[in-house]
Amino acid sequence: MSALVILLIISLMISGGFLVAFLWSNKDGQFEDQFSAANRILFEEKIKTKNKN
Amino acid sequence: MLHRKINQAMTTGTRPSTGIVCHHCGAECKEAIRSYDAVFCCKGCEMVYGLLHDKGLCDYYLYNDRPGISMQATANSGKFDYLHNADVEQKLLLFRNAGQSHVRFYLPQMHCSSCLFLLENLHRIDPSIIRARVDFVKKEAFIVYDHNEISMSGLACLLASIGYEPYISLSDSDVRNVKKADREKVYKLGIAGFCFANIMMMSLPEYFAGGIEIEQPIRIFLRYAMLGLSLPVVFYSGQEFFVSAWSSLKERYLNIDAPIALAIAITFFRSLYEIFWGTGSGYLDSLSGIIFFMLVGRLLQDQAYKSLSFDRDFRSFFPIAVRWLNGGKVTSKTIEQVEADDVLIILPDEIIPVDGIVSKGKALIDYSFVTGESLPVEVGIGELVYAGGKQTGEKIEVIAVKTVSQSYLTNLWNRNAFKDKSVSRSFIDLLSRHFTLILMVIASLTAAYWLSEGRQDIMWHAVTSVFIIACPCALLLTATFTFGRLMRLYGKNGLYLRHHDVVEHMSEIDHIVFDKTGTLTDHFHNKVVYSGATLTEEEKAIISALAGESSHPLSRAIADHMASGGEIRIESFKNHPGLGIEAWYNDCHYKLGSSAFTGTQSDQQVIATSMVYVSVDGKIRGSFSIRNSYRSGIELLMAKLKGSFKVTVLSGDHEGEKDHLDRLIGPGNQSYFMQGPQQKLEYIKTLQTLGHKVMMIGDGLNDAGALKQSEVGIAVSDSVNNFTPAADGILDGARLVRLPEFMRLAKSGRNIILFTFAVSIVYNIAGLWFAVQGMLSPMVAAILMPLSSLTIIFLTYTLSGIVGRFLKLND
Repeated sequence: MSALVILLIISLMISGGFLVAFLWSNKDGQFEDQFSAANRILFEEKIKTKNKN
Repeated sequence: MLHRKINQAMTTGTRPSTGIVCHHCGAECKEAIRSYDAVFCCKGCEMVYGLLHDKGLCDYYLYNDRPGISMQATANSGKFDYLHNADVEQKLLLFRNAGQSHVRFYLPQMHCSSCLFLLENLHRIDPSIIRARVDFVKKEAFIVYDHNEISMSGLACLLASIGYEPYISLSDSDVRNVKKADREKVYKLGIAGFCFANIMMMSLPEYFAGGIEIEQPIRIFLRYAMLGLSLPVVFYSGQEFFVSAWSSLKERYLNIDAPIALAIAITFFRSLYEIFWGTGSGYLDSLSGIIFFMLVGRLLQDQAYKSLSFDRDFRSFFPIAVRWLNGGKVTSKTIEQVEADDVLIILPDEIIPVDGIVSKGKALIDYSFVTGESLPVEVGIGELVYAGGKQTGEKIEVIAVKTVSQSYLTNLWNRNAFKDKSVSRSFIDLLSRHFTLILMVIASLTAAYWLSEGRQDIMWHAVTSVFIIACPCALLLTATFTFGRLMRLYGKNGLYLRHHDVVEHMSEIDHIVFDKTGTLTDHFHNKVVYSGATLTEEEKAIISALAGESSHPLSRAIADHMASGGEIRIESFKNHPGLGIEAWYNDCHYKLGSSAFTGTQSDQQVIATSMVYVSVDGKIRGSFSIRNSYRSGIELLMAKLKGSFKVTVLSGDHEGEKDHLDRLIGPGNQSYFMQGPQQKLEYIKTLQTLGHKVMMIGDGLNDAGALKQSEVGIAVSDSVNNFTPAADGILDGARLVRLPEFMRLAKSGRNIILFTFAVSIVYNIAGLWFAVQGMLSPMVAAILMPLSSLTIIFLTYTLSGIVGRFLKLND
């Protein structure tokens, strides 16, 4: 086996990992409401930590 | 909502401005209320501030400057009583167990990050709310609460009390579907992008095969790896092209997707052949690239306005439930359950859900939404009121005479004309058909040539190459990217279109029909013109005070107009409902009211005009005529439309305005008055049979039929989140004057598509040069195809942007 094949497989696995991460976050609805999450992170949490959905 | 705002404008508009703005809502304070080291415009705003202050939620004011919602127009207490009704509650609940309930409310007032902060911290205001989660794009809040502690109506009231009044409607509550289709598109795009990039990378050795020595086993391995990666692209991401092509073929009609599906299939099978027989590496890189670019275009084009609803029917205009007087006890009932002879209680600003007879109270019904008539009508006890009217006066009781489904408004809606629009063929499809034909001709000529040469092997190679290189993707890309860009431009300028097809229809319009009330005129302002003897300062003050004592909209408009309040107090006055008001001041007898009341011979032809007469000691001093004021810039709008479009104005109103209006819309254009919903519809139909492409612009339910019948129906709304009849687009009322630019943009869109398409043809010709000779190498395809796609995307984007800037539209 040439090194090229091994490298190719590794690169496919890594990029495949990113693809899965992308699909997962899409399933989670991350791309539907880009306003809320971006702003939510800026709020000071004074009293107690917010409930996560 | 709108009407409450009018009332506000009428009652508060006269006082001199103080120049101080409310700390909570940013509205100008008429009478500044000072407390908590800040200034507020009204008690409501002060109260909300107080509440947030006490609960330690003042961060609300840190994230944005004066983010609050004006509390000047507070909802009635008891507005959400109907949520106690178990049926209604059940409809809205998403989930309930012993300890908690889940509900999702649509809160149209939500507008900034402060709203987000406050709504997600509801549990700090009321501990019985367990948590709240906001979806800002949809303007929805998902709330989990303990129903043992707080009822759903209590929750709604709490939200209303801090300014976020939930908008609850029957038709919205029926649908609980989350849009899955959008996510599906992103999946497809993600997978196509991933595979495209990797196939590209693996193709690199093939491109430079001459320079680098690759061992045969590795080459074969790479080819099969590419094939494996292309499978999800073709069979998952590219699925929709095949589905759409197949359904169009079944209808014996060739849409844009048909030739694309053909090209994808041919490219794929040719690649399969080359890889299995070891003759080459195929065109999988071009194939997946094209599918990826097309999906990007589609996603851009199909962007939806998630918080807007284009399909609302009359049911979302009605309340979900009504207060029903059941043997002296007030309970609530869903409106489907309302039967004839039920006694219903209608509070001020509520919509009358069924046709009925007024049995108690003074009804002042605003039918503007149903008929287009702009002034409220007084209805006495024993008289009929129609569903869809809005009570603007006091609390009344109505005996239902029909059920909701039989009421006038519902019938109006269900009339024959409210059918679906016939599918009109778009010019893109037309273009694609010509394109496909030409392609077929080239392919068969190529085949014929090579056959005559006796070179069958090259023939197959050449013919498939023709299809691969001349894939009509260019056409599809130009259309999707241009429309996507235009939709975005429109959205930024206050015109929200339902679908990208609307842009195309807009480019063909040659006749524009306007509704008058609420479309050309402004809901918030009335124009008062006085004619007659000059009034002294004292008389003016008296008239103003007199008018101020009445709650009739005409009186309010006059009081507003006279603009001097408070100096004179009239002790003895008498209000004659429906006629006018009279008073004695300094031994003079003042009368203000209708011609009959003041004893005028109405010499006016049109009695229906909204005239209010003033008499002193029985002698007429003069009269006020009250009419809607037109939106500013209407004259300019009409002037700009002239030449390019015929314009007609249809109004449900009386004819008093005709002369004024005719002057406004200019010679050669028509205006028609007293037009009912059916007549408006018929008028549009008549125009269409004469071969015109009609755009209807209206705002009320009375325009609903016409909006649907016309090629493009645009609903005008002063608040895009308010109720609008079903339409192809929703236009922000303040942006109506930009209409000529919008129309020109649509027309340029068409030209942009044609131009870009012509450019892509140049690429295609270059590619075909190789293809017909059977010389198309993967290298040439790999350079030409993405290059042409990228050029096209770049061209449509910049051209649309330039046109937009030229028309001075925001970007």
